[in-house]
Amino acid sequence: MKVLVPVKRVIDYNVKARVKADQTGVDLANVKMSMNPFDEIAVEEAVRMKEGKEHHAAGTATEIVVVSIGVTQAQETIRTALAMGADRGLLIQSDADLEPLAVAKLLKAVVDEEKPDLVLLGKQSIDGDNNAVGQMLAALLDWPQATFAGKIIIGGGKATVTREVDGGLQTLAASLPAVVSVDLRLNTPRYASLPNIMKAKKKEIAVKAVADYGVDTAPRLTVKKVTAPPTRSAGIKVADAAELVAKLKTAGVL
Amino acid sequence: MAVLVIADRDGDAVRDTTHKTVTAALKLSGDVDILVIGQGSKAAADAAAKIAGVRKVLLAESAGLGHQLAEAVEATVVGLAGGYDAILSPATTDGKNFMPRIAAKLDVAPISDIIEVVSNDTFVRPIYAGNALETVQSSDAKKVITVRPTSFDAAAEGGSAKVETVAGADAGKSAFVSEEMVKSDRPELGAAKIVVSGGRALGSAEEFHAVMDPLADRLGAAVGASRAAVDAGYAPNDYQVGQTGKVVAPALYIAIGISGAIQHLAGMKDSKIIVAINKDADAPIFQVADYGIVGDYKTVVPELMKALG
Repeated sequence: MKVLVPVKRVIDYNVKARVKADQTGVDLANVKMSMNPFDEIAVEEAVRMKEGKEHHAAGTATEIVVVSIGVTQAQETIRTALAMGADRGLLIQSDADLEPLAVAKLLKAVVDEEKPDLVLLGKQSIDGDNNAVGQMLAALLDWPQATFAGKIIIGGGKATVTREVDGGLQTLAASLPAVVSVDLRLNTPRYASLPNIMKAKKKEIAVKAVADYGVDTAPRLTVKKVTAPPTRSAGIKVADAAELVAKLKTAGVL
Repeated sequence: MAVLVIADRDGDAVRDTTHKTVTAALKLSGDVDILVIGQGSKAAADAAAKIAGVRKVLLAESAGLGHQLAEAVEATVVGLAGGYDAILSPATTDGKNFMPRIAAKLDVAPISDIIEVVSNDTFVRPIYAGNALETVQSSDAKKVITVRPTSFDAAAEGGSAKVETVAGADAGKSAFVSEEMVKSDRPELGAAKIVVSGGRALGSAEEFHAVMDPLADRLGAAVGASRAAVDAGYAPNDYQVGQTGKVVAPALYIAIGISGAIQHLAGMKDSKIIVAINKDADAPIFQVADYGIVGDYKTVVPELMKALG
């Protein structure tokens, strides 16, 4: 089974995003960038499918292709995935911050070329927080989708996916090919070993331009402004539980 | 302009996330219809018809819709979309699952998790785990929007809309296998007036439940957890409060042994009153707490139970 894993280069999850003074966006100058943590989980799962780790049979995945859409430096993000165990990479270069609809259209064009059996990706990126690309790609392909995966079993031409939903867990079976978006508890991604980092330098990354795909990526949304959220100020420390209960009663919440 | 709200159904009722989404919809237009999807959902449709300000309720049923499968919901809603200028759903895991799929089929940019309606094409939504708020204007003729329920008041009851049956599509390429829902007599996390949340400091699943459950029962509260506590297996995934888990805004939020990572704060900072109990006086949670007690939960929580009587 061939697996396509789209990955995004985003602000490192340990860095606190700060809004620019002119309200045009978040300041990313000189900020540490990393692979979107949810995408890292998707890469890890694909590699486990190839290695036959956990409950996956060896060779469940036979080839892992990683694709990123973004600036030239997104090659580093692809290289990270190659060091984790993916086979080859594709960068679709874009300096514009593309919306999920445009990203889904580009990914559909990649799927039409690569013909994977499974697209595995993070449920959302931690910058735009849209939680949309996987679902939109599935719609454009007319493929089934299984979002927020906490467990994935491949077999019998299906992906049987346990999803983390409000109220608990839902398991569904999606016939392959399918799009599966992954949630936090699917796995804990590995750190690439030094030999694997060295090996990854020899793996192929193809570079293409958005224009090569001939899809409409024009934005549909205009960002009018980006502001900092209202801050909450720290309240008071109380000495003990009895004082706390008295305060809460006065505030009318008990 | 007409707006379709997809209801969040709970058995024979609709959750108040539906009422809150109706409030957001009424800011766009006076012509608001509700779509109830499911199987055996007539009672839920009748409940939705009682929400004030609703024009009519559409009821679509099929086996796939009974489990809210994205492919079935998409095919059903796309079939109805011609009559509407905007389609709204609460930003529940169901809404987040099927709304982008609907948007892609309609060739529309979805607008996720809005917290404010500025005008009928401009909305405010959190980005970067709630560290920034983005105001976006949509140029699409049709809008597909998910609504963060905690940011809107619930529409009142007192309506008497008509219920019409419409065609419900089935899923096709995906099938429901099973579900494992957390059973609890406590209020739902998203709707509770009081939430008590535990963090990694509790140290084990046994300790988590031994400390949190009696306190929640005493207060009639829902139980939440930090991501760290869920990742460590102390609490089920459904308990997670945070940007990538549940966003809550109760009247009272009590954080016990939670340090207050940005990710967690994004999920609870709109609570009316926040109480933090933590032995580390420098924990970031105290920067957003109205009342803080610096101390070990092992002594503070029993004292709190005693003080509550």
